[in-house]
Formats: sequence, structure tokens, C-alpha cells
Amino acid sequence: MDAKEIYAALEQKFPGKVGDFKGEVLEPYLTVDGAAIVDVCRFLRDDPTVRFEVLSDLTALDWPKEEKIQVVYHLFSYTFNHQIVLKVDLPRDLPKVASVEGVWKVANWFEREVYDLFGVIFDGHSDLRRIMLPEDWTGYPLRKDYVEQEEYDGISTQRAPLVEKLLR
Amino acid sequence: MKPLINSLPETVFTTKVDALLNWGRASSQWYMLFGLACCAIELMQTGGPRADLDRFGAVPRATPRQSDLMIVAGTLTYKMAKRTKLLYDQMPDPKYVISMGSCSNCGGLFQLAYSVCKGVDKIVPVDVYVPGCPPRPEALTEGLLRIQDKMMRERWLVKPARRAEERPEA
Repeated sequence: MDAKEIYAALEQKFPGKVGDFKGEVLEPYLTVDGAAIVDVCRFLRDDPTVRFEVLSDLTALDWPKEEKIQVVYHLFSYTFNHQIVLKVDLPRDLPKVASVEGVWKVANWFEREVYDLFGVIFDGHSDLRRIMLPEDWTGYPLRKDYVEQEEYDGISTQRAPLVEKLLR
Repeated sequence: MKPLINSLPETVFTTKVDALLNWGRASSQWYMLFGLACCAIELMQTGGPRADLDRFGAVPRATPRQSDLMIVAGTLTYKMAKRTKLLYDQMPDPKYVISMGSCSNCGGLFQLAYSVCKGVDKIVPVDVYVPGCPPRPEALTEGLLRIQDKMMRERWLVKPARRAEERPEA
């Protein structure tokens, strides 16, 4: 099944919930309504004509000008060797989306990572903690407006960059 | 008084206690295995047969409690920095630190990253900085020899500063 057919099947099953399909790119993608993401994912995993058994990646993008954070789901099917990318747009001030951990168990760590670096809150996640940064970290570093703190836990984060020192 | 020179049998020789202690210490620096990133590979090479740190009496230890020397080899993140401080505190005195490679010297390539500590000297005192990315085994060996030099200059029995302080008023 190619991406166009997958999109057609989704449009038929979830009218109004999916849109913005781009098929002429390396990895075809479509936009899904945030409220329907779990249903869409479960359908894509279980439907015998699609069978996306694996969530290869779950990541996010920050768009400060558009005031949105986009969560991206990369799906892959071993059975049919096809792939699709789902995107969910969330408001930047309170990014919140349902967790797909119940669909693919692997989403647990992916979602923790996105929470760690972008501050997206995944409703229904069983263990939403920071995964890589220390637990007492302030802020979400992969957001475009992130500013490094003056110090972390008494350790100064300041050091004159070598290049500037040489140019002086 | 009879001079000491040539007065003792040949099997006895004299030295200063400080010199003996320092010689012993400098010839058996047990370093803690503390590889954090790619510098650790070069650290292993330095411990291997070609550079062979063992010939200076330096052998790796897996615990800070048996170590005299910490070779911080690699990129130090803030998360690891706190643990590094803890491990350093667990080492018995006297203790020495070699900062190996650009990353632990100043953050190196990752200096502008949010998660990387800008130099191990922000958290523990460093005795010798070894430059390089990563430093070659020869460079690390040189660093170890500089630590030996530093060890040989230590004074344990009499600290000059304290002696001046405690000297009674004439």
C-alpha cells in the first residue's frame, strides 16, 4: 500500500480528523487531529490492510512563529514494508496530547524524551519523568527560546568561548 | 662529630623521609578508571602494551577508594558532574586529577551545548591538563610524568608555611 492509499483509508475511517497530506516527499506525511491520535494509531496498527507494527520514532518540532509544537510519529510496517509519518499540532503554551503508549509500548521512552526536551505533556503516560536530563533541570532545552541558566546546582555554566578569546 | 658519609655498611643507605614517601607514591599511582567518552579509548590504549602506563607503576583501579589519581577522560555532562564530585570526594588523600582532552578541559567541541559542563575544573581541582581531542597516548603519558614531578615536590613532614607560623617569637 502506498502512502496515498493509506491516507484515503484514514480519511474514510476518520473524516475530518486527518488532513494536509504530502505524498511527493521522501517520507509522506499527514496531519492528525490531536484528540484522535490514539484511535488513528490503533487503527493503523490493527487494520489487516495496513498493519503498522512498529513506531520507529516519535519526536517533536518547535515552531515559535506559528505558536505551535508539532509531535511527529514515524510508523513502519514489517508486513507490507511501507511507512507513514503522522504529525500533530499542539498549542505552544500548553502542549498536551494523549499518550500512544497503550498502542506501542516503545512510545514510553520516546514520549519521555519529548517531554524532557520539549515539555510536551502526554496524557495517560505511565511514567512521565525526564529521561536524560537530571530531574531538577529547569526548562526544555530543545525549545527555540530556551536560555541556559547561569548555573546548575552550584556549577557555573559560564566559560568564555575560546574563539572569542582568540579574536580579542 | 664523625661524618656520616662512608660510615655505614654498604647495605644501608640514607635518604629523606619526604623523598622516600614521594618516590614510593610517584612510582605507584593507581588511577581510577573514569572513561566518559571517546578519550576513554585513548586511555585504554595508554594502558595497553605500546604506551604501557604500568611501567610507571600506574595501574587502573575500579574503585575511588583505592585510587590516588583520577583521569577524567571525556565529555563531562552536568548529570555526570555531580557524580564526579562524589567519586572525587571518596578518594583518599593525597589525590590528584588529570583532565584529559578538550572536553574535560573546557567543554571542548560541546562547549555551547546546554548539557555539557564547561570543564572539570568547575567542580574538582585539576593538577594537569592534557590537551588534544583526544590526546595521543604519548600526551597522556607526559601528563602522568608531570603528576610524578608534582608528587616529588610534595613535603609531608614539614610544611614550610606552617613552620613559619608556629615558630616561637625570638
